[in-house]
Amino acid sequence: MTLALSAEHEQLRKVVEEFARDEVAPVIGDYYRRGEFPLPLVRRMGEMGLFGLPIPEEHGGMGGDYLALCVAIEELARVDSSIAITLEAGVSLGAMPILRFGTPEQQQQWLPRLAAGEMLGGFGLTEAGSGSDAGSVRTTAVLEGDTWVINGSKSFITNSGTAITGLVTVAARTGTRPDGRPEISAIIVPAGTPGFTVAKEYDKVGWNASDTHELGFADVRVPAANLLGERGRGYAQFLSTLAEGRVAIAALAAGLAQGCVDESLAYAATRESFGRAIGTRQSIQFMIADMQVRAHLSRLAWRQAAALMVAGEPFAQEASIAKLYSSEAAMDNARVATQVHGGYGFTIESAVGRFYRDAKILEIGEGTSEVQRMLIARDLGLPVE
Amino acid sequence: MREVDSETMKIVVCVKQVPDSWAEKTLRPSDNTLDRESVDAVMNELDEYAVEEALRLQEAQGGEVVVLSMGPSQATDTIRKALSMGADAGVHVVDDGLHGSDAVATSLALAKAIEAQGADLVIFGSESTDARMSVVPAMVAERLGLPQLTFSSSVAVDGGTVRTNRVTEYGYDVVEAPLPALVSVVEKINEPRYPSFKGIMAAKKKPVQTLGLADLGVAAGEVGLGAAWSVVAEAAARPPKAKGTIVADDGSGGVAIADYLSAQKFI
Ligand SMILES: Cc1cc2nc3c(=O)[nH]c(=O)nc-3n(C[C@H](O)[C@H](O)[C@H](O)COP(=O)(O)OP(=O)(O)OC[C@H]3O[C@@H](n4cnc5c(N)ncnc54)[C@H](O)[C@@H]3O)c2cc1C
Repeated sequence: MTLALSAEHEQLRKVVEEFARDEVAPVIGDYYRRGEFPLPLVRRMGEMGLFGLPIPEEHGGMGGDYLALCVAIEELARVDSSIAITLEAGVSLGAMPILRFGTPEQQQQWLPRLAAGEMLGGFGLTEAGSGSDAGSVRTTAVLEGDTWVINGSKSFITNSGTAITGLVTVAARTGTRPDGRPEISAIIVPAGTPGFTVAKEYDKVGWNASDTHELGFADVRVPAANLLGERGRGYAQFLSTLAEGRVAIAALAAGLAQGCVDESLAYAATRESFGRAIGTRQSIQFMIADMQVRAHLSRLAWRQAAALMVAGEPFAQEASIAKLYSSEAAMDNARVATQVHGGYGFTIESAVGRFYRDAKILEIGEGTSEVQRMLIARDLGLPVE
Repeated sequence: MREVDSETMKIVVCVKQVPDSWAEKTLRPSDNTLDRESVDAVMNELDEYAVEEALRLQEAQGGEVVVLSMGPSQATDTIRKALSMGADAGVHVVDDGLHGSDAVATSLALAKAIEAQGADLVIFGSESTDARMSVVPAMVAERLGLPQLTFSSSVAVDGGTVRTNRVTEYGYDVVEAPLPALVSVVEKINEPRYPSFKGIMAAKKKPVQTLGLADLGVAAGEVGLGAAWSVVAEAAARPPKAKGTIVADDGSGGVAIADYLSAQKFI
């Protein structure tokens, strides 16, 4: 048994590696510094078919699988996380819910452009008062005739305010269940719908070339047909979307962890101190060896989870393990790689300086590390608090 | 002049696998030929423009694109890449007897393979990033008796005619020739596409024909290291970078620098 890639997935990996090296690496630092969304790169990724990787050909996709998507995300993240999260969120949070739960009409309306990367979709779950406790969303949607009227707000929504954002899937309370708990449904809100406002970009610690906004909904009216999946199934749908997304985030974290190794190897070979390359010192070598161990294990973990997912087996615990381990590995590697680079590593001109800032969110987004531990514990049969 | 029906136009693109230009290259100690095994191999960058140009011509007016490569067995990766970009079929010329072939011998093997294909248009990149000779396209054209339109910065086919802009020191010449013809393209003639995953999957099902020297009707003595017109007699590793000279400016710095540059014959 091996977790090696098939010849086709390996070819894809090489293509994305080449793209990241030749087209992303030279320009991404400037976008990062300006806090600008790298639209030309995203368009190029669209032409390459990256946004359509796990989407069937009949919906305009590449007919590949989720593993292919993760391979691409990992390779991008070796060079830059903003560009990698743009792909991850665009596909796994923007397009996949419509593929998984959408009606044929919704799929026809949205998937071809999402798969081509001509349009991005956002996934609006988190609110100011509702993050890890995602079931407590306060945004409401009321059905008036054949129109949903939405009121509320969302926080930290990725890809929600770019020039090519076409929709945000919003989790909203649509009523109260017989047991008294809120009924939550998912509704597609097209960009530009009156009353749907996009606040200015957050001033983030990292992911500075990725697009994140707070969203407002004031009497936003969309057709009843914009309900995604079944009424009242919104929470379950969001949870299953997030379980898949965790594998992709783990791949992103593995890429960042590997990027730390790549950069440190190159720097340690050329940077001299006390008359020798620093890479000749055992202390530096051990740092790099430990980074490699973490990058390797991160990769094994996400590939195993992805293999289970693609095979249609249960994968939720493996996804949580991969996400938890690799995001912590990314943090550790970013800290150590910055150390290997000395003062240069503390500038955002250096890739590792950006890695250092970008790693932290991996322990927070799409389920914090604590949430992953909770999920793993529950999956092991430990009692729910 | 041969009438070419654009619907059935056959374009043969020659591609070469070369060591990644980012990689440190070495010579094999046994025969001073390039060690192709110890480095990552990629499609010659200039040939990506050739493949892209062929695909654009095909998209504009139909026909078939066949990609031809001569090289060791791992050169199939480069053929696969061209097929993933969209070429229809591949031909791989591979034979132990070809090891160490110089440009003259390479042009012979390629010419024989192209002849067997019966191409209306042959497209090359203008040079390979490992040898940088730029002579193979011209040699192949000579061997096949084809008009050669080298160093093209644009290529247009109209009926039985190909017209190119040939890059010169002063600008470009507009050159025209009847098909069949041979073209070599310069860097930046277009923006080569990346293979999509759909293209990668589709490439799995595309045919790749493998040809040896016997299939081409080439005698072993005509190619390979033994037939090369030049041999690398000796090679030495590049000397390590010497420490630079530091001129401390005590008022006569300018003179010292000028003396240094003139001693090195720079000025
Ligand atoms: C850059 C960025 C992009 C994002 N993109 C999106 C997006 O596209 N869509 C979207 O919906 N959201 C998005 N988010 C939101 C993200 O998913 C949330 O920030 C995350 O889920 C955590 O929620 P919170 O911030 O409310 O933290 P909280 O839930 O308030 O957590 C605070 C702390 O308490 C801990 N904690 C909470 N509950 C428990 C418990 N029961 N037991 C133990 N510890 C607990 C947490 O682990 C954490 O350490 C994004 C966030 C960022 C920063």
